Amino acid sequence: MAQEQGTPEALAGRATGPALPPPPVFVLPPKRTMRQHLLFFVTRKPLGAFGASVAFVLVLVAVFARLIANHDPFDTSVHAIWIAPGAEYYLGGDNLGRDVFSRLVYGARISLFVGIVASFVGCTIGMAVGVASVHFGGKTDLIVQRFIDALIAFPTLILAIAIMAALGASLLNVVIALSIVYVPSTARIMRAQFLAIKEMDYVLSARAAGAGAGRIMMKHMIPNAFSLYLVIFTFHLGGAIIAEASLSFLGVGTPIDVPSWGGMLSGATSQYIGLAPWLAVFPGLAIALVVFSWNVLGDALRDVLDPRLRGTN
Amino acid sequence: MRTYVIKRGLLFIPTLIIVTVLVFGILRIIPGDPALLILGGEEGDDDFTQEQLADLRAKLGTDKPIYVQYMVWVGKMLKGDFGTSYFYEGDQVIDDVLARLPVTVELGLLALVMASGVAIPMGVISAIKQDTIGDYATRVITIAGIALPNFWVAVMTIFFLILFFKWAPPLDYATPWEDPWRNFQQLIFPAFALGTSNMAFIARITRSAMLEVLHEDYIRTARSKGLKEVTVIGRHALRNALLPVVTLTGYEFGRLISGTVIIEVIFLVPGMGRLLITSITQRDFPIIQAIIVLIAVVVLVLNLLLDLTYGWLNPRIRYN
Repeated sequence: MAQEQGTPEALAGRATGPALPPPPVFVLPPKRTMRQHLLFFVTRKPLGAFGASVAFVLVLVAVFARLIANHDPFDTSVHAIWIAPGAEYYLGGDNLGRDVFSRLVYGARISLFVGIVASFVGCTIGMAVGVASVHFGGKTDLIVQRFIDALIAFPTLILAIAIMAALGASLLNVVIALSIVYVPSTARIMRAQFLAIKEMDYVLSARAAGAGAGRIMMKHMIPNAFSLYLVIFTFHLGGAIIAEASLSFLGVGTPIDVPSWGGMLSGATSQYIGLAPWLAVFPGLAIALVVFSWNVLGDALRDVLDPRLRGTN
Repeated sequence: MRTYVIKRGLLFIPTLIIVTVLVFGILRIIPGDPALLILGGEEGDDDFTQEQLADLRAKLGTDKPIYVQYMVWVGKMLKGDFGTSYFYEGDQVIDDVLARLPVTVELGLLALVMASGVAIPMGVISAIKQDTIGDYATRVITIAGIALPNFWVAVMTIFFLILFFKWAPPLDYATPWEDPWRNFQQLIFPAFALGTSNMAFIARITRSAMLEVLHEDYIRTARSKGLKEVTVIGRHALRNALLPVVTLTGYEFGRLISGTVIIEVIFLVPGMGRLLITSITQRDFPIIQAIIVLIAVVVLVLNLLLDLTYGWLNPRIRYN
């Protein structure tokens, strides 16, 4: 959590390990159609397929929130105060009489928005730092890595809290804070990968052919680390969703009235949990289910995209 | 080994300096003028004159150039002076923090002990019975344990405590020296909620470390000597598998600290994390700065010690 992911660090440990033996020669399998690919993924990685479908449903809910929600998430109604789940208010009403179901549906937007943007920005900057650090090497690498060391010394949530303390609570600031937080760990893992890629013959031949720094990095190094990028992105996306919920729960994330899953759990909800448990149960389940799904999806993607990392956990 | 220690030590110092610069940058420069913040009061709408503002700036030292302010701040910290609270006149930050530190440490240790007590046997069994239903269940539980946000686990813990035991959060806190039993009662549930994600993590790495060790030649040798399976697992396999488990758990310290912030807020435990969050709502930056620097430095030192221990125990690391 709070919630740094254990797994990308495990990846880093793996990537810096002793040199791998030369890969055996493979006979290319016959080309598969899209449907065969899908079937292969579902049968080999049932958990991953489950994760992918939950992630897909989440995207649908976020996009079509207006059609799915049966109330305005901000609307307060006297009749709905502390009301138990029922036909009109599917998941009950909160302390102000707002519909929990509708807030949950709109909350998917916040979670997904923060997760995707923060993870994308953080991972992309992290990758850029990693590739530049490796390509220029020497002193640049040494100095950049000390900055990474320093940033990694801050536990993820603590760094996010510090940045939020300085910037103030708002949705944009949550995205900024979490983007910064995911840069150092991504840079560290990607660097290990780029160190291996740098020694590849195709990078050497590109250099011999007279390619400049930009071309080598953009055309040769980055595309070959893309599968690792995708895996880290998936894990950080899940991490960012928990982190956003944690920040909002602590009251230093999104403003109170914004329907965020973390915010829905804080304040009156945890105070009066004995009185109205449904207020806490559903947002918590939503967070847990979504993060669980992204994590198993990340696990499956890692196994499929990068067979060398298989069996690391 | 000596070159390794020197190399690691040399890398440690610049990192430490960068950490302080980062904290200073984030919490001193971005929020703006502390004098305005103090005079504005907690609500930010108090009246003051330009003269008062200039006086306060001189008193706080914020009229000097930024690098001088940084040097003064670091110099004072080295002498153990973390400044005074913005809003509680004359309140030494270091006293506030030190008063709450033992509570957080106790909570963290209790959580770790509980987590390892459950997780290590779980990981071992999961590895021995690889690919059985038990193993599959353990793996699902561990992934779920990492996915479940600990604040939700905490809220649900409170819910079940209220439901079954008519439990209420304690209003005052007893130190283990005053009343060990009451102290234990107050911290056991927060520690449980805090430890779930660590439990999942430890179980996961115990399992993979055990799987790796079980394929080693010396395990086959131990078995072919005719040793009992219990001895093979306990004496030969687990002992070797525990090294990465212990070090990796040490590296997870940061996550544990993040967790204490949330757990302390929910269970009303008067620790450092709760002080951090109340200070943020009051925008009391000296306290926030002190806590964040303290956490980062502790993590850095702990990582250094772990690296050195690991390098000492496993010579291959030193030449990397």
